Amino acid sequence: MIHGIIAIYVREMLILRRRLTRQIPSWSISPFLYLTAFSYAVGQGVEIAGHTYMEFLIPGLIAMSSMTQAFAIASEINIARFYWHIFEEFQASPISKVSYVGGEVLAGMTRAMLSILVIMALGFLFGVRLNYGLAFFIALLLNSFVFASLAVALAMVVKSHADQSMLNSFIITPMAFLGGTFFPIDRLPAWAGAVLNLLPLTHASKIIRAACLNEPLSIFSYFLLLAIGILFFFIAVRCVEKAKD
Amino acid sequence: MTMIQVNNLIKNYKKVEALAGVDIHVKPGEIFAYLGPNGAGKTTTIRILTGLTQATSGTCSINGFNIEKQVCQAKQQYGLVPQAINLDQELTVQENLIIHGWLYRMKSADISSRIHALLDYVELSEKKKSQVKTLSGGMKRRLMVARALLHGPKVLFLDEPTVGLDPGIRRKIWALIKKIQTTGTTIFLTTHYIEEAEFLADRVAFLDQGRIVALDTPDRLMENLGAWAIDRLVEDGMETVYFKTRHEAERFNTLKSEQFTLRRVNLEDAFLDLTGKKVK
Ligand SMILES: Nc1ncnc2c1ncn2[C@@H]1O[C@H](COP(=O)(O)OP(=O)(O)O)[C@@H](O)[C@H]1O
Ligand SMILES: [Mg+2]
Repeated sequence: MIHGIIAIYVREMLILRRRLTRQIPSWSISPFLYLTAFSYAVGQGVEIAGHTYMEFLIPGLIAMSSMTQAFAIASEINIARFYWHIFEEFQASPISKVSYVGGEVLAGMTRAMLSILVIMALGFLFGVRLNYGLAFFIALLLNSFVFASLAVALAMVVKSHADQSMLNSFIITPMAFLGGTFFPIDRLPAWAGAVLNLLPLTHASKIIRAACLNEPLSIFSYFLLLAIGILFFFIAVRCVEKAKD
Repeated sequence: MTMIQVNNLIKNYKKVEALAGVDIHVKPGEIFAYLGPNGAGKTTTIRILTGLTQATSGTCSINGFNIEKQVCQAKQQYGLVPQAINLDQELTVQENLIIHGWLYRMKSADISSRIHALLDYVELSEKKKSQVKTLSGGMKRRLMVARALLHGPKVLFLDEPTVGLDPGIRRKIWALIKKIQTTGTTIFLTTHYIEEAEFLADRVAFLDQGRIVALDTPDRLMENLGAWAIDRLVEDGMETVYFKTRHEAERFNTLKSEQFTLRRVNLEDAFLDLTGKKVK
């Protein structure tokens, strides 16, 4: 099983390495714009629960980016499947479905982590000092695990690359804005807060932010993300099995 | 002993009956050509045999391993060169091969020695470090063949291996296929080029609308018709007449004065005779 995971993972990493000089700028641009716009234009004088808006925003951006970048492997898988037909090479090979999903999910998680390093560096340049400890990294790993697994599952279900961008517009983008990234959801009406509390990203933002700001952590959110991640992972395995036509 | 065994294979897509009960027995070491027009069901058969498509019913085994019950063992038995190029274009030739080796649980030392030998074999040694996207179409095909052979499979599946290639490169691929056969590898290839089947195959199956309409050696398939053919223009198109000997054919023709060509019978004649239509 390990062989298969490594093969899939290393392939993604080799491709990523070739693109890294283009990837790093693309990972930096939107966080940079958000940080500039929100902190200088909007955030001046805004304080949330004793923190500057910048201190509030950076963990939100980290949560958002770890989600979008982990999810972005869905597009890679799609291109490999529908355009390059490389998925057939994996289907014909004697690796298990679990290995395939495992390799792709790890690749998505790695991508998410690298994009986060970029944001951490940007935050540093903007003069914001946060606490990046173990609780922070575990929260990040869990969040990227959830969305990388979801990405693999959905990439197997969609029928074309166009469907894939629909999923981005209807699921990922709204969640990126509403999942406690840019504003605290406890300022919303109770019903809206209750709805948003169903999103995994809301929990991820909450624990990532709490870890960054040295605040009490919600253990429940950690376990919830873990459970959702495992669920999505096994759904992804099922979807790979069903991907034969 | 049968290397590829297919029993009563049926595949229905929503509206299309792609395979309507196909039986195939391929012997070890032979080149078996699966010949038929576009849409006959050739790719569908290969995709089922290699685990890419789910059959509606029927059983298949490769080197004795059932493709549904002994998936991993069955998959170790074959290499696949699909119809569409499916290489990682951004990666190098070598990287593409290494990943294949890992997928097939090969040891690192074996991977490097096999890559070395196979790139030599398909004449791509100089391209080892080149990105795949810089290779020509013929080189990509050869690389796919090398990749499919990397783990030392008993069976090689080739789906339309020369489609879209220039005549010269096509012959190079043919020579490569013959060379692979001499190593004892069983080859199952699909094609819609008659001359490809005629040149390469030990046995040919004619596939038409999901059914095998004839299966035999090229010689025996043609033999029923005779050895010589005359194509001639008649009022409503072309007509082909077959003869046992050249002499008979020539004598027949002295009686008529229209435009004609005298030639040897080929597999296309056999196919036409069986299905009443052209392959292409
Ligand atoms: N994924 C699919 N969905 C629906 N119909 C398909 C699919 N793949 C192939 N077919 C149909 O099955 C038949 C056989 O196709 P195929 O095996 O690709 O033929 P060949 O390789 O001989 O050209 C065709 O009628 C084709 O349209
Ligand atoms: Mg085909």
